[in-house]
Amino acid sequence: MVGKIWSMLQPRDLELGPIVEPSWRGRDWLLKRGAEDIAWLLLDRNSESVNTLSESVLSELDECLGELKVRLPRGLILRSAKPSGFIAGADIRDFRELRDATELKARLNWAHAILRNLESLRCPTLAVIHGYCLGGGLELALACDCRIATRGASFGFPEIKLGLHPGLGGTARITRLIDPIEAMTMMLTGKTLSASKAKSLGLVDIVTDERHLRAAANAVVAAKPKRAWRGWRATALSLAPARKLAASAMRAKTRQKVRPEHYPAPYQLIELWEQEGGRREAMLKNEIQSFADLLLGETAQNLIRAFFLREKLKKIATSNPTNSDLQHVHVVGAGVMGGDIAAWCALKGLRVTIIDADRLALGKMMKRAQELFAHRLDAAAQRRDALDRLIPDFEDCGVGRADIVIEAVPERIDLKREIFQSIEPRMSDDAVLATNTSSIPLEQLRDVLHRPERLVGLHFFNPVASLELIEVVRHHLVSDEALARARAFCGRIDRLPAPVASAPGFLVNRALTPYLLEALVMLDEGVNAETIDEAAERFGMPMGPVEVADHVGLDICLDVADRLRESVESLPKAPSLLREKVERGELGRKSGKGFYNYADGKPKKISAPEPAEGIADRLLLPLVNACVECLRKGVAEDEETIDAAMIFGAGFAPFRGGPLRYATTRGAENVVSALRELSRKHGPRFAPDEGWSKLDAPI
Amino acid sequence: MAGGTTEARPRGGMKRRVYLVDGARTPFLKSRGRPGPFTPVDLAVQCGRPLLLRQPSVAEAIDITILGCVNVIADEVNPARVAALRLGLGEEMVAFTVQINCGSGMQSIETAFRYIQDGSADIILAGGAEALSHAPLVIRRDATDWFGRFSIEKSVRNKAKRLTELRPRFFKPIVGLKRGLTDPIVNLNMGQTAEVVAHLFSVTREQSDQYAVTSHLRLAQAQDAGFLKGEVIPIVDREGNLYEKDDGVRPDTSVEKLAELSPAFEKPYGQVTPGNSSQITDGASWTILASEAAVDKHRLAPFARIVDSQWSALDPSIMGLAPTLCATAMLKRNGLARDDVGLWEINEAFAAQVLACLAAWEDEAYCKEGLGLDGPFGLIGHDRLNVDGGAVALGHPVGASGNRITLHLANAMKRLGAKRGVATECIGGGQGGAILFEAA
Repeated sequence: MVGKIWSMLQPRDLELGPIVEPSWRGRDWLLKRGAEDIAWLLLDRNSESVNTLSESVLSELDECLGELKVRLPRGLILRSAKPSGFIAGADIRDFRELRDATELKARLNWAHAILRNLESLRCPTLAVIHGYCLGGGLELALACDCRIATRGASFGFPEIKLGLHPGLGGTARITRLIDPIEAMTMMLTGKTLSASKAKSLGLVDIVTDERHLRAAANAVVAAKPKRAWRGWRATALSLAPARKLAASAMRAKTRQKVRPEHYPAPYQLIELWEQEGGRREAMLKNEIQSFADLLLGETAQNLIRAFFLREKLKKIATSNPTNSDLQHVHVVGAGVMGGDIAAWCALKGLRVTIIDADRLALGKMMKRAQELFAHRLDAAAQRRDALDRLIPDFEDCGVGRADIVIEAVPERIDLKREIFQSIEPRMSDDAVLATNTSSIPLEQLRDVLHRPERLVGLHFFNPVASLELIEVVRHHLVSDEALARARAFCGRIDRLPAPVASAPGFLVNRALTPYLLEALVMLDEGVNAETIDEAAERFGMPMGPVEVADHVGLDICLDVADRLRESVESLPKAPSLLREKVERGELGRKSGKGFYNYADGKPKKISAPEPAEGIADRLLLPLVNACVECLRKGVAEDEETIDAAMIFGAGFAPFRGGPLRYATTRGAENVVSALRELSRKHGPRFAPDEGWSKLDAPI
Repeated sequence: MAGGTTEARPRGGMKRRVYLVDGARTPFLKSRGRPGPFTPVDLAVQCGRPLLLRQPSVAEAIDITILGCVNVIADEVNPARVAALRLGLGEEMVAFTVQINCGSGMQSIETAFRYIQDGSADIILAGGAEALSHAPLVIRRDATDWFGRFSIEKSVRNKAKRLTELRPRFFKPIVGLKRGLTDPIVNLNMGQTAEVVAHLFSVTREQSDQYAVTSHLRLAQAQDAGFLKGEVIPIVDREGNLYEKDDGVRPDTSVEKLAELSPAFEKPYGQVTPGNSSQITDGASWTILASEAAVDKHRLAPFARIVDSQWSALDPSIMGLAPTLCATAMLKRNGLARDDVGLWEINEAFAAQVLACLAAWEDEAYCKEGLGLDGPFGLIGHDRLNVDGGAVALGHPVGASGNRITLHLANAMKRLGAKRGVATECIGGGQGGAILFEAA
C-alpha cells in the first residue's frame, strides 16, 4: 500500500551520489565524481528494467576502470541506479550459444581479469547494494573491498539451479571472505539470504537505509576497510585434512538430494573447494575449467533451456496486456485446492474472498493459510496483512466485488453447473469466471451460462505453493479478453500459464495418467513399489510414481483414471489392486496407508531388488507418447509449452529438458522402436502415436 | 478524503438529516482468563471487512473513520487509524479514536452524527472495539521505581547493592483491568456502585437474578430465531477456530442456579454476583452513518434516522443512574414522553443497575427533583426494553458496547416496526449517554 504523495516522492529515495555532471558515460555505466572526490560508478543498463551482467557491461566496466586508474579517486562506489535492485546475475542469454570449450575459457579468463582489475584498484572500493544481488552480481560485489546493503537487499548464488556453480571467481572469493561452510552452503543450495543474515555471516559489512548510505560510504572510505577475523573454524578449514572431512559430509548431504550422474555441479563444486580451498590462485584458475565443463554439459544446457521455458511462459502472462487491474479474487470452495489457491493469491497481494457451505472448512483453510504465510513471510506485519487480505466470506458478498471468480468445488458436473448458475448473475460485467476442474471438459459446464465467453479453465496443481504451473484452458466460445485476463492473473500471482485446449485431462494429467497407471499395473504384476519408484528416480523424476499416487490420493487417482478412460481408449484399465485399496479406505499418505505405510507423512520403504533394465522405459515412454499425441492434436501449441508444462506442473526431470526434449535427444526413431517393442510385449497401449513422424528433427 | 465533496453544505445552523445505514459486529467472546486470539484492531478488521464488502459504493466514499476503544494496546496506539489502513480504506483516510470509558462506542456514533449533521462529512464509519482479555498486567509502582534506580547505576558494585533492595512483591503484577474498573475519585469498583444504586432504589438480589435469566433467554432466543443475522458475523482466528455467536450466553441458567453464586464485590452481604453482572468479553462493532444526500446518491436503505443525542453526568459512586439523566433530558428537548418511545436499549452493566434506573423513573421525588419532570417518568415495560438480551448475557467489551446497543436498536426497530427508539448507557466515572432514533 503506497499512497499518492509517497509514491510521488519515492524516486527521490534512491541515493545516487553527488548531484554533478557525469565525468564519464557509457552505454550502461555512468561515473560521477563529487567534491569529496569519491567516485560513484552507477550501473543503469540501457533499455532493461533489471541490471544483469553481460559481456558489454563487463567490457565497459573495464574501460571505466582504466580511466579511474589514471586519476585515482579517494574511493570508488559501485551501485545500481535501477530501483529494482543491484545486479540480478549474469545475462543468461550470453550462455545460450556457447559450444566451444576453448572460446568459452578465453572469455572466462577475460572476465576474471576485469574483476582482478577492480580488486587491485589502489583506492577503497565499495559495493552499495539494494534489492537483488545474485550470481555474477554478487561476484562483482565480492571483488570490492567492502559491501554496504540496504535493509531489503538479498544475496545468493542461484547458479546451482542452472546446473552450474559461480564462474567469475565467486567460489574462491566467498570461501575466503566468510566461514567456508556457510559459503559452500550458499552455493550448494542456491538459497538467497536477507541483508541481516548476510551481515551476520560477514558477507556485507554494513546494513543501513537509503538516507544514511552516503554518510556510511564516506565513513568507510575515510577509515579504509579492514578484514575481520573469520573464527577458528575458518582457520582450521584452510588445512586440507579438515576440508576433506567437511567435503565428505557435504557430499553425503548432497547425495540425499540429487544424484551425481544427473546433477554434476554440486559435486564438482565440493571437489573444487576440497582440492584448492587453501590456494586462492589455483581455485580461481580451476573454477574456470570446472565451470566450462559444466556449462557445456547436457545438464546445464537443459536446465538453461528450462530457464528460458519459464521465461516463455512468463511472457505469455503479459503478452496481451489488459487494461483492467486485478485486485479481488473470489474463490468458491474451501477444500485443499480452493483454500490453497486463495491463500496463495492473498500471499501475492490480492484481496481474496472465499466461500464454502461448510463453515468449518473456512476455519481449516485459514489455519493452512497462516502456516503458508508464516513460512513465506518474514515480518509479522506482512503476515498480518496477508491474513487481513484473506476474507472468509460468511455473508456471500464477495462475488460481486471480484475481478476473477475461481470455482474449486469437488469434481461433480451437476454441482459445478449449479454453482455457475448462482454466481453468474451476481458477477461484475468484466469479471472472468474460472474453473479449477482437472478433468471435466469445459463444454459440459458452459451451457448453463448466459455469457460462456468469459469462462476459462485455470487448472492449478497440488501443492499450489510449490508447483508453478497453471493450465489455462480455452474452449471454442471463450473470448480473447477473458483468456488474456486469465493469463495476466497467472502472472500477477507469480505462476506460469500454459495455454491448453479443453481436451480430456488437458495436457499434464493426460500425460501423467498413463505413467502412474503403468506403475500400478506393474505393482499388480508383483513388482515391488520400491523397485518401480527407484527406476523412475534413477531416470530423474523427483518422486517415483507409486509414491506420487499415494501423495495425490488413491481415490483421486482412481477417479481421474476412470474419467479419462471414458475418452482415452489407449489407457490401461485401473488395476483391481487400486480399486481394492480405495474400497478399504487406504487412500495414500492422507490416510496413513496406501501402497506404502506412512509415519509422520513419510513412506516406510524397504530394500527391494534393483530395477530391471527397461522398467524406466515402460514407465516413461507412455508419458512421452501422450505428449506427442497432445502435440499432434493441438492440446498445446508447441514442443516448448509441453516440455515447460511437464517440468513446472508435474516435476518432470528438469535436467532432461522436458519429455519431448528427452525424446529428441535420444532420437525419435529409437523411442518409436522401443514403444513398438513394449507394445509387442505388453499390449497395444504402447503403440506409438502417429505424431512421431513429425518429431524426428532435434528441437 | 474519498468522496469528500460535501454536497449542499448548509449555512447558518441548518441541521442535516443523518441515517444509520448499516452495521456489523463480531460475536462477543468471553474472556477465558488469558489474552484472547484477537487484539482490538483485529476484531475491528474482522467485522469491518464483511461490512465494507456488502456496501461497496459506501466503502469507497467514507470520509472519516472513528473508533471507540478504552484499553488501547501498545502496538495500536491510534486503533482507528490502524484499523482503517488494515481495512484497505487507503492512506488518505483520516481516522481518530475516541474515549469516554464505557461510552466510547457510542461516542464514535455521536461524533459522526454531529459531523454529518453540520455538513463536515457525508459518510462516516463509526465503531467500537475492545479486547478486555488483553488488558495489561501492570508492574507495581515501587517496582518500576526500583528498576529505574537499578538501571542508572553504572558500576557492578552499585548494581549489586541495588539488587539487595529487590523485594518479592515487585514480581507480583497488578491486573490492569481491575484498576480500570475502579473509580479513582471515590475509590469504588463499578460493581460496588451497582450495590449503591440497588440499595438506594431497593432492588433485591432475586429481582437482579430474575432479570439476568431473562437476558440470557432473550439472547438465546434471538440467536435461534436469526434476529442477529447480518448484525453478528462469524470470525476465524489464526489457528482456524471459528467463532459464530456470542459465547457467554447460558440458556440453561435459572434463578435457582444464580442464587448459589456469592457476591463478587461486597462480601458477604452484597447482591451483585458474576451471574447478574455483565461479562468480561472481547468484541468490536461498526456502524455506517450517512447524510441524506449520501443516502440518495448511493441508493442506501437506512435502518433508522438519528434524531438527537445527549451526554449527562453525576457523582461517580452512583454512575449507574446516569441513563435516567441523559435519556430524560434528550426526550424532554424533543417534546417526547415515555410512551413515544417504542424500544429501549439500556446497557446492562449490572442487572441491579438497570433495575435501579427503571425504579428511579417511577420514583416521583427522584423524577421531580432529580430530573425536573412534573411527575414520575413512568414504567418502561420489559416488553420494550432490551428485547434481545443484553450485556449480562453477551458481555460488555467497554469500548464496543455503546456501538452494539445503538446498532442493535436500529436493527430491532426495523424488525419490530417501532417508530422511535432510545439507546442509553451508564459510563464508569459517573456519566451517561443516549441516542434517539426515529424510523427511517
